[in-house]
Amino acid sequence: MAQMTLDNLKVTIARGDGSDVRPQVFDVPAYANQTVLDVVSWVQQNADPTLSYRFACRVGMCGSCAMMVNGVPRWTCRTHISKVLEGDAVTIAPLRNLPVIKDLVVDMDPFFDKWVGAEGVHHGALTRDDPIAEIDEASETRVEANAGIECINCSVCYAACDTVAGNADYLGPAALQRAWTLLNDAKDEGRAAILDAVSGSGGCHNCHSMGSCTTYCPNDLDPMSAIAGLKRETAKSFFRGRR
Amino acid sequence: MRAARGITSRAHPLWLAYILHRLSGLALALFLPLHFWVLAMAVSNPDRLDGFLQMTETGTVKLAEFGLVFLLAVHMFGGLRLMAMEWLPWSAPQKTLAASATALSFLIAGLFLVKAV
Repeated sequence: MAQMTLDNLKVTIARGDGSDVRPQVFDVPAYANQTVLDVVSWVQQNADPTLSYRFACRVGMCGSCAMMVNGVPRWTCRTHISKVLEGDAVTIAPLRNLPVIKDLVVDMDPFFDKWVGAEGVHHGALTRDDPIAEIDEASETRVEANAGIECINCSVCYAACDTVAGNADYLGPAALQRAWTLLNDAKDEGRAAILDAVSGSGGCHNCHSMGSCTTYCPNDLDPMSAIAGLKRETAKSFFRGRR
Repeated sequence: MRAARGITSRAHPLWLAYILHRLSGLALALFLPLHFWVLAMAVSNPDRLDGFLQMTETGTVKLAEFGLVFLLAVHMFGGLRLMAMEWLPWSAPQKTLAASATALSFLIAGLFLVKAV
């Protein structure tokens, strides 16, 4: 809309590593059809080849291009610049809640470590000689599991979460949603291990249901409700005297 | 650049509901000691209590009382909202309907109260 009439965009990008962050302003030509990732790529290809950023698929599948755009975590390859422009200006920064390596690149290790910390791994009980387990697609648990499986690990929810910002040990929305998905998966046998992992000090009960994860998830997933599910299951398990 | 690195868009209903619940709870917690202190005067110093009670006729105090009722209402419904959201595995439309029903009944009861007073 507005950008059609603009010639140039005023793009402010956070440069440097985590300890020395400074804003740098670039003039980027405006095109009729342009994503935030296109803008960042234009800067790297035409203005400053030392700009570091991450992307791979450009179609919202790989989850590697998430950044803070005007203070909001977004998947930049699927965010049209017209959606986020304030006048002719936009500010782009690395994802919040993760250590900055350089410019727009963050260290995703804590995010993925927590994925494993929440037992977000397959707990199989069958061997290759067993028949494939039959899944009832209409069952209540399968519907719950299906609700969360489209997560692309982009860390937008993790960057949006104020509880993560305040507690470095908190597992975060993505990892906990994965745990909830596996808990509801008939093929996964890790129930006890999952409930144990998500009820610890960094677990689901840290969540204050602020809902930023659900609000900003680019795939319209609902980690907040998944975490609420974990709260119910861990509580039920506790009152049944299992832990 | 710190501002750009922080999250600026907390302006969505769930986060606002969260912060309203928190702040109303804090404000009520600050009010309670004062409340008990004044109530305790009924035993220790009835004349002084009467002085305080006369103050409730003034406009400012009436406004403050409105604020107090508002905080209590907001905190109560905030708590009910949170418990419903986390403990009842309802779908989103069900939750919207339940919230609307509660708001409507609260409105009708409030209107009735205003009429009665």
